[in-house]
Amino acid sequence: MKNLKTVLVLFVAVMLYAFTGSTEEGYKVGDTIEDFRLKNVDDSMVSLADYKEAKGFIIIFTCNMCPYSVANEDRIIALDKKYKGLGYPVIAINPNDPAAMPGDGFPEMKVRAKEKGFTFPYLFDEGQKVYPKFGASRTPHVFIVSKPKMQVEYIGAIDNSSRNPEKVTEKYVEDAVDALLKGDKPSKTMTRAIGCSIKVVK
Amino acid sequence: MSKKFPFFILFAMLLSCKGESPKTVDQKQTNSEIVQTLNYQELKPLLEKQDGKNYVVNFWATWCAPCVKELPYFEALASKYSDKNIEVLLVSLDFPKQKDTRLLPFMKKKNIKSKVVLLDDMNEDVWIKAISEEWSGALPATLFYNANNRKFYEQSFTEEELHKELENFLNL
Repeated sequence: MKNLKTVLVLFVAVMLYAFTGSTEEGYKVGDTIEDFRLKNVDDSMVSLADYKEAKGFIIIFTCNMCPYSVANEDRIIALDKKYKGLGYPVIAINPNDPAAMPGDGFPEMKVRAKEKGFTFPYLFDEGQKVYPKFGASRTPHVFIVSKPKMQVEYIGAIDNSSRNPEKVTEKYVEDAVDALLKGDKPSKTMTRAIGCSIKVVK
Repeated sequence: MSKKFPFFILFAMLLSCKGESPKTVDQKQTNSEIVQTLNYQELKPLLEKQDGKNYVVNFWATWCAPCVKELPYFEALASKYSDKNIEVLLVSLDFPKQKDTRLLPFMKKKNIKSKVVLLDDMNEDVWIKAISEEWSGALPATLFYNANNRKFYEQSFTEEELHKELENFLNL
């Protein structure tokens, strides 16, 4: 009897682990991503397939309201300016539900994109279907993807000083894209940084 | 050696702060005047004490809406579970230059009673992982620990969820 109980408890624990594990994980480095089709701040619909000439993408989950995202806006613009011409454009996606975070709605995104002069698409993950596939957990959260296999090459932070751009000593995303452009693999493929949780209505 | 010296002073200061009962007569002189700014090496000893107490460490920031919402639940834990020897530590990840302009006024306004420290350490990729392999870096995040167990949560809590998780942890 006691044994049966133990087995049952273990079974439930394993099932719970398997279940939560598979729903929350998202893409890992090396995985192939699915394309998406999301609305841009210029009201056009954007898919990665639209970028015939690109060699890959710097996909960044970011938003209007998170101070860590705001602190990285200039760095995101600089990444796009530097790498778009080289074949790695920035694609920004706002994963937040505006019902949970007023200020992160589509109209507000348009305003922010204009104010800051975003040089890249700033897409709205309407219905929050895309960010869970990536397993994005915070803003900003970067995923570098290479073509033609649409393979995840890097997941993490923009650099090693998210709060203070003057103290950056290691530019993770630039190092990764530079390596890919040379035909190499990035030496660092996973990094962490403080960010805001993605806002979901509970 | 030169690096260790200020650390010892800080640690001694922290110990002496801890000696004060949080519920002494002078409620206005709460922690708002004594928020230490720590780097990770200085914070680390506060995340691994083995003194028989149960520690609840919440990583938060004044600009983080879900963090601000759940703060009162953390503040109430020590008195709700007064027989469980619980100590709450609030680790702020506010921007260091906003300590005086945002963090301290916020603490005063909300009358925060728990011990608060400001973590100012740019090497996030190293210390986020060191605090928990399960932490991607999103706020809020919470660590329960005592001499025997640790549990980490990268999520926000309702008051009920927090009580449930803490009770589960304490019954381990």
